[in-house]
Amino acid sequence: MATAAHGGEHEATTTGLNHRKMLMWAFLGSDCMFFGSLIATYLVYKGKSKGGPQPIDVFDIPVTSVSTFVLLMSSMSMVLAYSALTRGSLKGFRIWIASTAIMGMTFLAFQVFEFNDFVNYEVHFKCEEVGTGSLTEFEESFSDRCVDGVDEVDGIHDSEGNNLTGLTPKTNLFGTTFFTLTGFHGAHVTLGVIWLLSIFFYSFRRGRVTPERHLDVDLAALYWHFVDVVWIVIFTVVYLFGVFEGF
Amino acid sequence: MSEDTQAAMQHGERKEAAHPSPLTYVAVAMTLAVITAIEVGIFYITGLGHAIIPVLVILSAGKFALVAMFYMHLRYDARLFSAFFAGGLALAAALVFALMWLSGFF
Amino acid sequence: MTMPSLAIPRPVHPTGVWGWVTTIDHKRIGILYGVTAFVLFVIGGVEALVMRAQLVQAELDVVSPEMFNQLFTMHGTTMIFLAIMPMGAAFFNYVIPLQIGARDVAFPRLNAFSYWTFLAGAIMLNGSWFLGGAPNAGWFGYAPITGAAYNPGHGIDFWIMSLQILGIASLAAAFNFIVTILNMRAPGMTLMRMPLFTWMTLITAFLLVLAFPVITVALIELMFDRFFGTNFFVPGAGANPILWQHLFWVFGHPEVYILILPAMGIVSEVLPTFSKKPLFGYPVVVLSGLIIGFMGWMVWSHHMFTVGLGPIANSVFTITTMAIAVPTGIKIFNWLGTMWKGSITFSTPMLFSLGFITVFTIGGISGVMHSQAASDAQQQDTYFIVAHIHYVLFGGSIFALIAGIYYWFPKFTGRMYDELGGKITFWLVFAGMNLTFFPMHFTGLDGMPRRIYTYDSAMGWEFWNLTSTAGAALLAVGIAALIYNVVSGWVRGKQAPGDPWDARTLEWSMSSPPPEYNFAEIPTVTEVDDWWASKRRKDAAPVIAGASEDEGHSIHLPQPSYWPLVVSVGLLIGGYGLIYHYAVAAIGLAVSMVGVYAWSFEPVNDPDEGSGH
Repeated sequence: MATAAHGGEHEATTTGLNHRKMLMWAFLGSDCMFFGSLIATYLVYKGKSKGGPQPIDVFDIPVTSVSTFVLLMSSMSMVLAYSALTRGSLKGFRIWIASTAIMGMTFLAFQVFEFNDFVNYEVHFKCEEVGTGSLTEFEESFSDRCVDGVDEVDGIHDSEGNNLTGLTPKTNLFGTTFFTLTGFHGAHVTLGVIWLLSIFFYSFRRGRVTPERHLDVDLAALYWHFVDVVWIVIFTVVYLFGVFEGF
Repeated sequence: MSEDTQAAMQHGERKEAAHPSPLTYVAVAMTLAVITAIEVGIFYITGLGHAIIPVLVILSAGKFALVAMFYMHLRYDARLFSAFFAGGLALAAALVFALMWLSGFF
Repeated sequence: MTMPSLAIPRPVHPTGVWGWVTTIDHKRIGILYGVTAFVLFVIGGVEALVMRAQLVQAELDVVSPEMFNQLFTMHGTTMIFLAIMPMGAAFFNYVIPLQIGARDVAFPRLNAFSYWTFLAGAIMLNGSWFLGGAPNAGWFGYAPITGAAYNPGHGIDFWIMSLQILGIASLAAAFNFIVTILNMRAPGMTLMRMPLFTWMTLITAFLLVLAFPVITVALIELMFDRFFGTNFFVPGAGANPILWQHLFWVFGHPEVYILILPAMGIVSEVLPTFSKKPLFGYPVVVLSGLIIGFMGWMVWSHHMFTVGLGPIANSVFTITTMAIAVPTGIKIFNWLGTMWKGSITFSTPMLFSLGFITVFTIGGISGVMHSQAASDAQQQDTYFIVAHIHYVLFGGSIFALIAGIYYWFPKFTGRMYDELGGKITFWLVFAGMNLTFFPMHFTGLDGMPRRIYTYDSAMGWEFWNLTSTAGAALLAVGIAALIYNVVSGWVRGKQAPGDPWDARTLEWSMSSPPPEYNFAEIPTVTEVDDWWASKRRKDAAPVIAGASEDEGHSIHLPQPSYWPLVVSVGLLIGGYGLIYHYAVAAIGLAVSMVGVYAWSFEPVNDPDEGSGH
């Protein structure tokens, strides 16, 4: 974990590399397989859903682009925190690591809002669009609602007013695989935020976070950047390809 | 053995040579932001058709590589670490493609 | 040093049971692993015996069909995850640091965590017998029969949670051993001077690290299907249950090599020692181990030849599967070459190693038989496959592990076992094993499906089933003899010297059992089998490192710790919580978090030394 177990830091090792850093890289290689399996599941089931909203119905690329940007910038902030620490600026370190954690939380907030949006997704279209090709397959599936006198379809509800067109993990294969993949990424981010905040608060104890003990920060940073590169893959494969019709 | 360059780098004695300046980090961040903007931008340019898939794959692979090489310091660090990471990554990619192939995705 | 603000003081030189609970000494952890795994091996064996009793004649009613399903599921899962893997881990723990000239593993507390987490997984799995029924869907738990729709009740839930917990244990151990082997070798021990067992452990650790995340994801998906109603393996929602098979076997086939590579490593240590010759073609044996580890990723669909992947996929996996027999065959020839013109002593470890080569080769050949998709279509899911898996896992892994038990017994316990008893054990186990499993080739080719709880007397399978059951009884006697032999040797065997076999690797350069700090002085290695070579160098006659009490005082060893156990207990609570009540899961998570934080803030060594920087 983050701190204090620094007994190995000055130890002579066979390769000259630090024990903990080597473990971290082995872990990241292993975690690649974890996300690889989740992404494989997502792709194997892509387009196989029976009913329910599809990526094109729910995704909002501009919004996700913003949260992607925030996560990318948090990586910069993280590396600047590390850089400040190695140059001996504890104050700079605190500012940057706090901003990294805040950007991480911002990303998570975006994710919470996004999930919430998807769960409460309601179809909404004008009946004149039916059959023009501007509606998604899911929206077209409600074209039978456009009977005489109905101009637009605004949400589908049961008799108790419950939304019937939301996307949950139970709705279809897209919901199942999407929430699981991005949910586990979110869990990784959450763990990262906890780790970063732990180091941040720990740095207020004198002599706990110092340039000599930069490895504690280095390991957290490696984890954080890894979470970032996973999101780079998810953003392209899930979001951009999700909305792109030809994929 | 502990006196070799690696250990020296870890103790920050040669950090100027070992790690780039904050300016480099900011430049990398700007590049990442620009690539993301391009990704989203070309997405709304119709007419590229299926060519958009390799383009997006290459662009995001570039982002991935930038973060791994500069922010994760793989460019400056021991090759063993790169091997660990690249090994896991390559196997994961192979797994994804194999399962897509076996499931009739292509 | 004020950091551990939790009120519990750190254990300092605890003794008795408490000493074992808080130990982070790799040797003690190795013994914990070994003893626990052996107990579980016996439990798995009893499950097998009950099945053999049920099948001894046609249409018997010893156990119900439902019970039979639970028995074969528990037998398979127990033997693979709770017996063979942790027995391998026992040897990794005890032997690797000694073989590479280290005082402990790289992360001693993580090592303790691996053991306690393994124990938690074992409790989770076997506890299912008392909590409403064991899992019943086979050790590979094919979807959709594991889904909530077809399998209500908690059996599968226990199976999922225990495998997840065991996965955490295995991953933690694998990371630990990768770093230990790469980073803690004695000066001069280059990669190509490492003992073969260390090499095979390294390859195994990489396989674990890369394979376990895949099964973790598969189990997560199954768990979500069962707990939260997702659709991963629900055909009605458009899902393809074949995905489970893919994910399972992408893990499952490397897992096969995770089970066999350490065994090959043990045999590669025993054969040179008792032949008084260096391993024939050391670099080739290492290389074929690496090739097996690599190619192990390209063969998984040979477990799925009959699901209809199409002729191209079947052909590809047929070819890769046949190809992987080549490096395995190379190893067998190297072992034979090692013995060629050696001055061989047929001690018990050597007998078990020879048994390994013989029986594993038979298992390998039957494996090549069903590497061909066409031929496999005939053999899939029959007792022929059961025969094959037991020839490679019992005749392979278990024989080699027993060889390892006898080989390192003097080192572990400081005492000698009874050689005559060892030989009797070998012949009982060898005869019992072949008598049990060879007839299964016949029943299998005769069409007897695996996993059936009984069969019609008109099928003509009774004679060979009777033979198998008789063999199983003999095998049970053999295992009982093994237990007697080991226990009596441990209790009243005569004192063992440091190097009873005139062996080759560094663990024999110290007293038996080794002192707590292993090496009073870290050796410098100049060649393969350095201990053997140094015994024959003219200049200096080496002495077995002594264990005088004062010698070790200046050597700083990591101190015992509670926290690994606390984290493991948290995982166990969390696992039960996920099955029964999420509030309990939250408690488990909290316990684990407390453990992780306390662990992180606890210095590896003496508090006063830790704050020195």
